[in-house]
Amino acid sequence: MAESKQIKTMVDVGKAALQVSDGERVEKTLLRAKGPGDDKIHTWPHLVRAEFLCFLAVLAFMLVWSLLVDAPLEQPAAPTRTPNPSKAPWYFLGLQEILVFFDPWHAGVVLPSFIIVGLMVLPFIDINPKGNGYFCYADRKWEILTFFGGFHFLWIVLIVVGTFLRGPGWNWFWPWEVWDSHKVVAMSNVDLPYLFGFRDYTLSALFGLAVVGGYFVIGTALMYWLIVRAKGREFMERWGMARFGLASFLFLNMIAVVIKLVMRMGFNIKYIMVTPWINI
Amino acid sequence: MNKWEEIKQQIVESPVWQSIFRHGYDDTPRNRVLMVSGNVWLHLHPSKVRRHGIRLKFTWCMGGITFLMFLITVVTGVYLMFYYRPVAEYAYADMKYLEFDMPFGMLMRNMHRWAAHAMVIAVWLHMFRVFMTGSYKPPREFNWVVGVILLVLTLLLSFTGYLLPWDQLSIWAVTVGSNMARATPLLGHEGPFAEFAGVNAVYDARALIFGGGEIGPHTLLRFYILHCIFFPLVTTLLLIVHFWRIRRDGLSGPAL
Repeated sequence: MAESKQIKTMVDVGKAALQVSDGERVEKTLLRAKGPGDDKIHTWPHLVRAEFLCFLAVLAFMLVWSLLVDAPLEQPAAPTRTPNPSKAPWYFLGLQEILVFFDPWHAGVVLPSFIIVGLMVLPFIDINPKGNGYFCYADRKWEILTFFGGFHFLWIVLIVVGTFLRGPGWNWFWPWEVWDSHKVVAMSNVDLPYLFGFRDYTLSALFGLAVVGGYFVIGTALMYWLIVRAKGREFMERWGMARFGLASFLFLNMIAVVIKLVMRMGFNIKYIMVTPWINI
Repeated sequence: MNKWEEIKQQIVESPVWQSIFRHGYDDTPRNRVLMVSGNVWLHLHPSKVRRHGIRLKFTWCMGGITFLMFLITVVTGVYLMFYYRPVAEYAYADMKYLEFDMPFGMLMRNMHRWAAHAMVIAVWLHMFRVFMTGSYKPPREFNWVVGVILLVLTLLLSFTGYLLPWDQLSIWAVTVGSNMARATPLLGHEGPFAEFAGVNAVYDARALIFGGGEIGPHTLLRFYILHCIFFPLVTTLLLIVHFWRIRRDGLSGPAL
């Protein structure tokens, strides 16, 4: 009897959790839960049943899809016949698209490493205890906006551009345009130091270095100021310099992709910094 | 009791049956827990889960779908391995044999390929959902890190498999993708500071991936072994860790 009463209470709490529609109310339910079991139901049958039905539905979908659409197979591999354009697998086309804005060592090696490392350190940088276990925008605006910018804009949109809008010579073709491999595109790109009137190699390099260095120094200072203003000094102390430094460095690198994109597409600027070893 | 009931009872009470199945389907709280904890596959779950944490609206089912796609590629992949030889002379011809001669060959290849693409999409959506519900927050920080490694492995599995058809699409996609490695600072022969590390076209990061200075039969064998043995093994190991951590930490919400 006592056991069935306990189950009934459990079900009641569960029902309360079911009725909630927004994150806050789920959080309240969780807070009300006094220990393991309050908001909990048995995996068998509740979760296992849902998993099994999902398994069947997705398997059926995959089977129908595979019956209707054949996987591509082109001509046999010919190492001497390079197709134009040569595209990486679609999930890497965002990175291939970034090659328009950065040299391969940055777009192909450094940036992907930053993405992976940035994703890995995310839970350790984000010390906001709110928004754990429920959908909620208001509690974690900045985290969500940053993730949206990085994932949806910089990753997904660039993949769409690389997949559908790039043709021969990696030139821009709208879907209704014919892929013309002889399309003439003016190569009017200049480097930023040149634009500012620098003609000397050393001075150009120093100017570029100052701009890139200045971007990170001023950017970090600006972020520090903005965060202290928005969240208070107490938060910054709790956050700590290591977390702040890592977060702002990765964030500035992400924003740098957008800046470079705008400079290249809008103002035909190729490099910001030109040295004999690396160009940025 | 009729004859069939009698036979059923004899089977269920036989020592053989009872050695395999320890309990029936009685709908009691005790048995519901036993169902999960007493089954080697189901015990990857915790025996109880938070009610809101298993709703489709919450999970989008994407982690499970990613795993299902992995299973589909494993099963169809074994079938493809029966017929496919990772040798430059045979690889492309074997794709044609699969398509035209082998029973269900084309269906298996289609399922393998589409499941691989779907796995990449599902793992991204899974990561997006986990981010949106803040499920990387304590106590699940480390499991997020494991998840990021699994995301990279998913891409590597897909990328190494991309080469195996040995057609124009595959070698050039893999060439473009791998060419990045030759631009690695210090380790790639076209990357910055290459001269300090002493790398060259046949001895650098890309040559490690290709198994030589350029893409060729050696690359095909290398990618085949990575695709069929190494990456699936590592992925399986990390999946065990990933699931085990979910079981320890619960399906959703802060630590209780």
